[in-house]
Amino acid sequence: MEADSGSQETERSVGRERHDNEGIPTASSFAQEQVEEHVAQIFKSYELWSGLDTEVEFPLLRTAEHRKFLSASLSGLPESFGKLDSSQTWLCYWILHSLALLDSRIDDRLRDAVVVKLTNSIDKESGGYGGGPYQYGHLAPTYAAINSLVIIGSPTVWSSVDREGLKKFLYKVRVGDGSFVVHEGGESDIRAVYCAVVVAKILNIDSADLFDGTVEWIVRCQTYEGGFGGDPGQEAHGGYSFCAIAALYLLNALHMCDLKALMRWTVNRQMPFEGGFQGRTNKLVDSCYSFWQGATVVIAQLGLSGRESLELDTGKKDWIFNKELLQEYVLMCCQDEYGGFMDKPHVRRDPYHTCYALSGLSLAQSCREHIVGDVHKNAVKQIHPAFNLPLKKLTEAMDFFYGSTTK
Amino acid sequence: MSESSSDSSCPDRWVFYCDRPEWKDVTPLAQEEGPSPVAAIAYSAKFRDVYGYMRAVIKNKEISERALELTTDALELNPANYTVWQYRRLLLKELNKDLHDEFDYINQMIEDSAKNYQVWHHRMVLVEWLNDPSMELDFLKEALSADPKNYHAWKHRQWVIKTFNLFGSEMEFTESLIEDDLRNNSAWNQRYFVALHTGILSDPDRTRKEIDFAMKAILKATLNESSWNYLRGLLIHMDKGLLEEDVVDFCEKLYASGNRSRHLLAMLVDIALEDEDTKNDERALQLCEELAKRYDHIREKYWNYIAVSVKKKISSTSTTNHKSTENETSRGCEQIEDTVNL
Repeated sequence: MEADSGSQETERSVGRERHDNEGIPTASSFAQEQVEEHVAQIFKSYELWSGLDTEVEFPLLRTAEHRKFLSASLSGLPESFGKLDSSQTWLCYWILHSLALLDSRIDDRLRDAVVVKLTNSIDKESGGYGGGPYQYGHLAPTYAAINSLVIIGSPTVWSSVDREGLKKFLYKVRVGDGSFVVHEGGESDIRAVYCAVVVAKILNIDSADLFDGTVEWIVRCQTYEGGFGGDPGQEAHGGYSFCAIAALYLLNALHMCDLKALMRWTVNRQMPFEGGFQGRTNKLVDSCYSFWQGATVVIAQLGLSGRESLELDTGKKDWIFNKELLQEYVLMCCQDEYGGFMDKPHVRRDPYHTCYALSGLSLAQSCREHIVGDVHKNAVKQIHPAFNLPLKKLTEAMDFFYGSTTK
Repeated sequence: MSESSSDSSCPDRWVFYCDRPEWKDVTPLAQEEGPSPVAAIAYSAKFRDVYGYMRAVIKNKEISERALELTTDALELNPANYTVWQYRRLLLKELNKDLHDEFDYINQMIEDSAKNYQVWHHRMVLVEWLNDPSMELDFLKEALSADPKNYHAWKHRQWVIKTFNLFGSEMEFTESLIEDDLRNNSAWNQRYFVALHTGILSDPDRTRKEIDFAMKAILKATLNESSWNYLRGLLIHMDKGLLEEDVVDFCEKLYASGNRSRHLLAMLVDIALEDEDTKNDERALQLCEELAKRYDHIREKYWNYIAVSVKKKISSTSTTNHKSTENETSRGCEQIEDTVNL
C-alpha cells in the first residue's frame, strides 16, 4: 500500500485509508467524507510541522492548557451549562477524572468543597444522588458522585458515605427482571444496570439477590452485529456495549455473551482513516468512543484470554485495537488549543469529551513503548477500564470499603 | 434578581416569578452552593428565578395548575431535568388533565430536543397511560426523516411496535429507509428486529428471501458493513450457519471476480474457520495476512489474532506439514499469544 500511494504522504499517514463510496453516494457517505476532509487537513499540517526543525516532538499533549481549562471549569461554568443543571455530579466527575489523569494535585480546600457539593446532591428520600440539590435520586449521577468521591477521597470522606441509604436506593430502582430504571418512574436501559453494578461493587453493598437476572438481561442486549444495544433489540452502540461488557466483567460473567462477535464488532469501529472510533456501524468518529470502544476491546480481550483478572499494573499489556492511530486522532484532531478536547474537528470542546478522550488516551498508552509523541510529556495516568477510575485511587477506596462492613 | 424584568433573552416581556402577585405566597428555594462552590453554573437570572420556585413547589408537593405551568417554564430552560418531568407527570395525574393536550406539548418538545432521554420517556408514559399508539408511527416517521439514526426515536418505535403489535408494514418502512441510504445501519437493525419478532428468522424459506435481499444490497456497495452484518445475523438462524451454500457461492463468486472488500475477505476467513473441511484453511491464513498487511491494515493485530485460530485449526485437523509462507505468520502468532496474555 505504501508503494502505490505515490503521493507526498509521510510515514505518519501510511496505511490510512479513505472512505470509498463505490459510486453510491448516500447521506452517510457524504457526512463521512466531510469529516475525513477536515481530518486530512489537520494531518497535512502536522506533516508540515514535522518538517520544521523544532525541539518539540509532535503530536503533543497540551497538558498545561488542559489543566487551565479544567481548573477554570471548576471555578465556574458559563450560563449555557444550565442545560447540564441535572448533570452536576457528572461535571464533577468529568473534570476531576481528567485532572487525575493529568496528574494534577487536588488540594484539601478543593476536596472539601467537592464533598460539600456532592453531599448537597443527595436525595434523602430515595437515598440516591440527584443531578444536583433538590433533584430526585438517579443512578447516573449516583455513579458519577461515587466515582468522584473515589478520586478525591480519603478514609474520612469514604466513611461518610451512606452505604445503607444507597443500598436501599439500588433496591428501589431495581426492576423484577434484573434490569434497572435510572430513577423511580424513569426510563430503563443498560446504563442504569452498569451504574448500579459499579456503585454496588465499589461500596461493597452487593447483596445476594440485588443482581438476580441481571446477567441474563444484559446478554439479551447483544445484537446480531456483536455489540450491545441500550435495550434488547436496539442497535449495537459503543456506550451501551461498554456498559454491558463492564457490568458482565464486574458480575464475573464475561463468558455468558458471545465475546468473539463482540470483539469483531468493536475492532471494526476503529476508522481506517481518522484512527478514532465511531459509536455505531456507518456513523462518524467521536473522541468519546476512544474510551467506550477502547475499554470494550480491553475487557473482551480479557474474556477471550480466559483469565480472571486484569492484572493491570503488571507485565506487558497490549490491546487488539490500533493504539498508535487512536492516540494520533485524540492528540492531533481533538485538542482545543486553549485546552479541553472535542468530539471531532470543528466542534466545541466540553468536559465530557475531555474526560473520555483522555481516558481513551490512557488505555491506548498501555505501556511506555506505545506512547505516541514525547513519552514524558504525553503520558497520562493509568485507569481501570471497567470503572474508568485511576488505578491507584480505586485500589485504595476498595481496600477501604472491603475492609469495613455495611453496618 | 427582581430589579429587572427586561431579560434580554425574552423579548415578549418575561415577568419574573418573584414579581408575580399570584406567587407571593411561595418562598423560592435557592440551590445550596456552599461557601466555595465548585463547578458552579452561572445561571441566568431567569433560570435562578424559575428554578427557585420550581424547587419550592416540588418540596412542598404543591398540586396546582400554576405548578404545571411552572414545569413548562422550567423544562423550556432545561429539558433534561428528569425531576421536573417526573413531577409534571404527577401533576398530570393528580389534576386529571386531558392527556391529548399533553401530546401537542411533547411533540414540540421532542422536535426541539430530539436527542434527550427525558422527552422520549415522557412520551412513552403518555402512550402507556392512554393505551393509544395511533399517532406514534406517523410521528416517528417525521422524527426519523429529520434524523434517520436517532437512537431514542428507534427505541420508542421498537417499544410501540412490540407493545401494540404494529409490525404490519414495518418491513416496507425499513426497505424505504435502506433505499434512501443503504448505509443507514439503524434501518438494517430495525429490519432484523422485525424479522426476529414476526417469525421470519424461524422459517428458513423466508430467511432465504432476506439473505437474497442482503446479498443484493452487498452487490450495490461491497464495502458497506451494514449489509454484511445483516447477512451474518441472518445466518445465525440457519442450520448451516455461515456455510449456507448460496452464501458461500456468492462470496466465492465475488472473490473470483476480483473484489477485495475487507468484509468479503473477513467473511471468507470466518467461513473457513466454521468449516470442518480443511480445504480453505490455507487460503484463510493467507487472507488474514493480506488483511493485516494491506486490505485492513488498521486492524493488523486483530487479523494476526484470528490467524492464530486458523493455525490452531490447521494443526489440529491436519497431519500434513504446511511449510512455505509460514515463517512470517508463525512469528506473528507468538506475538499475539503475548497480546492475549494480559
